[in-house]
Amino acid sequence: MSIVEARGLGKRYGGTWALRDCTLAIPAGHVAALVGPNGAGKTTLLNLVVGLAGPSEGLVSVLGGRPAGSPAALDGIAFVAQDTPLYRSLTAADMLHMTRNLNRRFDDRFARTRLGELAIPLERSAGELSGGQRAQLALTLALARHPQLLVLDEPMAMLDPLARHDFMATVMTAVADDGVSVLLSSHVLAELERVADYLVLVSHGRIQVSGEVDDLLAEHCVLTGPAAESAAYAERLSVVHARRGEAQAQLLVRTNRGSHAVPAGWEKHRVSLEELTLAYLREPAAAALPGPRAAANAVRAMR
Amino acid sequence: MTALPMDSLPDPHLRPLPWRRMAWVTWRQHRLTLAGVAALFGAPALYLLVRGLQLHHAYAPITACQPAASNRCAAEAHQFSAAYAHGAIVTAGLLQVIPLLVGAFVGAPILAREFETGTFRYAWTQGFGRTRWTIAKLVPLALAVALTAAAFGALFSWYYQPIVDVGGDSDSSLLAATIFDVHPVAIAAWTLVAFAIGALAGVLIRRVIPALFATLAVWAALAFLTGAFLRPHYQAPVVTTAAATPRSALVINQWWTFDGKPASLDMLNRALRPVDVQALTLQDFQPGPATPPTVGDPVRYLIRHGYTQYTSYQPTSRFWTWQLIEGGWLLALSLAVIAITIRQVSRRAT
Repeated sequence: MSIVEARGLGKRYGGTWALRDCTLAIPAGHVAALVGPNGAGKTTLLNLVVGLAGPSEGLVSVLGGRPAGSPAALDGIAFVAQDTPLYRSLTAADMLHMTRNLNRRFDDRFARTRLGELAIPLERSAGELSGGQRAQLALTLALARHPQLLVLDEPMAMLDPLARHDFMATVMTAVADDGVSVLLSSHVLAELERVADYLVLVSHGRIQVSGEVDDLLAEHCVLTGPAAESAAYAERLSVVHARRGEAQAQLLVRTNRGSHAVPAGWEKHRVSLEELTLAYLREPAAAALPGPRAAANAVRAMR
Repeated sequence: MTALPMDSLPDPHLRPLPWRRMAWVTWRQHRLTLAGVAALFGAPALYLLVRGLQLHHAYAPITACQPAASNRCAAEAHQFSAAYAHGAIVTAGLLQVIPLLVGAFVGAPILAREFETGTFRYAWTQGFGRTRWTIAKLVPLALAVALTAAAFGALFSWYYQPIVDVGGDSDSSLLAATIFDVHPVAIAAWTLVAFAIGALAGVLIRRVIPALFATLAVWAALAFLTGAFLRPHYQAPVVTTAAATPRSALVINQWWTFDGKPASLDMLNRALRPVDVQALTLQDFQPGPATPPTVGDPVRYLIRHGYTQYTSYQPTSRFWTWQLIEGGWLLALSLAVIAITIRQVSRRAT
């Protein structure tokens, strides 16, 4: 089952396309990281997924074919928006009450227990909570709905390192306990590297990379060798990004699992997720997507 | 763009959440606003109550005055009118702002604040669904403000009754623009439309303060245009040549004819020159130094000299019909504006 599926999805604001030609299918059961620079279209994609925005073109469905924004979709998705907006004048207890009233399922005991563990006073208003506490409250409200998909938009942007750690720990506990699928966006890859097992890379309003992290890492490698030979060698490979110094060149290549003999004088290394992401972000024309379009892009990237 | 023939269809057994779930939410979020509405209507209501009791108390001897046609009774009635009518007219004028304030401070923030603080991202992604969420907020609040306004209008009617009974002039007429629209049906409708305009401005502008000012501007323009141009034409005016129209009637127009043809201002001036009276307009006459004291009313002088004065006016007997006409079209307008607001919410988001 695809937890999120998009076909030719696009969103235009005025005359500007915030997202275009987006086709992807994220399988259920993953913690999917949506990564890209600021303004790449991450929030637009998430808004389309949770149904806050409607597509200008194409289709988007969630939870195995439910139209995004439909009652059935809203029922199974919990969304924590950027800066975790909550009603500032309402107390934590009021927010629990409200969220319980607005949803079919709400695990009040779970929510109260969690807030107790986090030492967030129920009678305090959301406006008086610290940024970390507010984020935790918003996350608790979302998790208490026992969603099938948890969508988080830049959830950690406002948090200090300790609060980030606690926040992600909560998310990962829910993943382990409930098997909830997660889609979370960030422009800081480092904080997702440990938790994400699926990567969606967005830049300039287009999906550049989409796939399971393990597959992506297996399909790419770094080749280091003499700079003089690099141009000739690169001809035969699909190079995502090349960095040439005076003596040494470093090529990040897509191998598609096909192994080949490395010429003498060259060394092959495993690639880290961060290296991979940065390489693609530096080369907006390159793409690693499943299907024929990806292959075409890979060919284009080789030239 | 919505039908998605993908892996599976939405659960057909998924019934919408019951409306009553929203009752607590609306109450919890808007109870302060409702308290503000209560204060907004309550404070002037208290004034109307106290002042109304005084008015009715002062008016009691006049209704009891016998014989009613006597000069003494007429003088007492005149005294009452002089003492209270002006104050009541000013009060009605000030009360005009109440619907306006409801629109600006209750209607405009409802959706604009959600956008401004980003909380719509929370509210509209809950299982209740944003269209029903919007309906569940707008409808009870609209009912609350409209019914409160209607009750307030009824209180004003009671307060104002002696001024009507004593028989005022066109300024204190039930059909005078600012008196007509604080009566029950009209004030409820004007409050409702102000609320609806506020809500729509909120969803279109998405910021509280600009939405608030837009509401003020749109409502004030609508109210002014209605009072000045639309309302006097709800029904065809009565046209009379009688020298005296009912004093409390709403005069629409006056004109003169001579020999069956319309008489111009020049003709009136020529006719009045022998007695040194100048016609400033077709209704206003200015006696000069050489005007003989025996001339009397210039209108009667002109009539004696073959001119005919026509007056078109709206009799106050049409008051309740007009309340219903105005209430009717404003209610239709409010429903349309609220429907557009709900549509805007369900269509546009980010």
